[in-house]
Amino acid sequence: MLLPFFWMISTAFKPDNQIFTVPIRWIPSPIYFKNFTKAFEVIPVIKYMFNTVIIAVLKIGGEVFVSALVAYGFARFDFKFKNVLFIILLATMMLPYEVTMIPTFIMWSWLGLSDSYVPLILPAYFGSVSFIFFLRMYFSTFPKDTEEAMVIDGANYLQIFFKLILPLGKPALVTIGLWAFLGTWNDLLGQLIYINDPAKYTIQLGLASFSNMTGETLWGPLMAVSFIALIPVVFILLFAQKYFVEGIKMAGIKG
Amino acid sequence: MKKSKVGFLFILPWLTGLVLFTVVPIIAALYISMTDWSIIGDANFIGLDNFKAIFNDPMFYRTLLITVRYAIFAIPLTIVTALVVAISLNNQYRGTGVFRTIFYMPSIVSGVAVAIVFKWILDPNYGVLNSLLRLFGIPGPNWLYDPDWVLPSYLIMAIWGASGGLYVYLAALKDIPKELYESAIIDGAGLMQKIRYITLPMLTPVLFYNMVMGIISAFRKFTDAYILGGAGEEGIFYMVYLYNQAFSFYKMGYATALAWILFVIIFGLTLIVNYTKKYWVFSE
Repeated sequence: MLLPFFWMISTAFKPDNQIFTVPIRWIPSPIYFKNFTKAFEVIPVIKYMFNTVIIAVLKIGGEVFVSALVAYGFARFDFKFKNVLFIILLATMMLPYEVTMIPTFIMWSWLGLSDSYVPLILPAYFGSVSFIFFLRMYFSTFPKDTEEAMVIDGANYLQIFFKLILPLGKPALVTIGLWAFLGTWNDLLGQLIYINDPAKYTIQLGLASFSNMTGETLWGPLMAVSFIALIPVVFILLFAQKYFVEGIKMAGIKG
Repeated sequence: MKKSKVGFLFILPWLTGLVLFTVVPIIAALYISMTDWSIIGDANFIGLDNFKAIFNDPMFYRTLLITVRYAIFAIPLTIVTALVVAISLNNQYRGTGVFRTIFYMPSIVSGVAVAIVFKWILDPNYGVLNSLLRLFGIPGPNWLYDPDWVLPSYLIMAIWGASGGLYVYLAALKDIPKELYESAIIDGAGLMQKIRYITLPMLTPVLFYNMVMGIISAFRKFTDAYILGGAGEEGIFYMVYLYNQAFSFYKMGYATALAWILFVIIFGLTLIVNYTKKYWVFSE
């Protein structure tokens, strides 16, 4: 399981004559850092990571907040066509991203926004279907007494949402926030479609274009960038794993 | 304000998004798939010509075959792998936590970097896999550089990633009532019998869920295939072909028609699997 990571790190710290050798050399000696400097000459690694973080940050706040709003609406209120609308929501989870992908792309091109982060960020502000589904289930488990008491005390529903639901739902909100971050960090297709200008590249696009930039594949520098690109994700895995595990339990996927 | 109106206001953002990013694009997709549109210039309505062209397009069958073949092997392989890992890590021995983290990793660590690392691992001359094989005196294949070995290369990656669904299985294993095992032990059942007659039947709902998800993700496979490719065009999965038609050749109408066909395939397979549910999925 760990072999790919070991091999990646090992290669990242080896000069070419240790990389391209038979039999292979497991531990670099001496440890060689030039792959990193070389990698930074080929693509602006930090800038691309920063671009990705910008997209993620602008996206996640809206996505989590709006999904929570909608989930609260579905969990606690009765309104006309609620059941029909909820079934439609479930249906769109099954729905073909590939079918809507091209028309959506054309729409953004017409608006002149195709080579920007807007198409990657703005749709998140209308909520994410799977997050809504997940949060609705979570909010439904909250006891109703406090809410009713707050209504009697004259609080409106928006106040209840901010003062009660959001604080109580914090673990679930953190979980979907992390999911959203990973989704953005690991996404290739969406970024590939919308971003053309190399100055706006994300880390995934940077990695994907790395070999084209150098002609032949420079394995040492390429492993160095891959290593850097995986650092944030591995940190999330090590320090936030419990949120994912809890999330799976909360979602209670049982078919 | 009436409570029912408030509720509607809360879901309004999603409803707006549904219209803007789902309903309108789907209607547009229906129309675009019946045009010869190429982004620049006008779209001419050509009826079902795109679909006719697709059914006469050898690359359509080729890429579909590559995808289907991958799905047929990858789905059972990943489910079995995940199952074995989950059952092995189900007991709380010392150190299981670390192993769980390690095996869970592929669900978090993914994307281009992982694909690139695998390309290097599978490098015929200097990759770690063939070097290991050489230790045992086995001459390794050329993997992604040999058309016959492209599929196995992708399957190796799929198996590596299989344990990403670990916690879903673990949660389901936890839900199996202990009494079942206890009475089985009293009846003299061995480990394999317990797995065969208790664990597996009780896990069928999760297996079903993972099968559906497996079908969807196999048919939508893109990132690895886009990065890795493969000799003799063996790495052109359906979605890669679709992407190229749309964004390399700007055949928007053709690509949208391809997307509809993909949707029908995924939807149809899901329905079929769902239909078989009553024959093998355990429900209380």
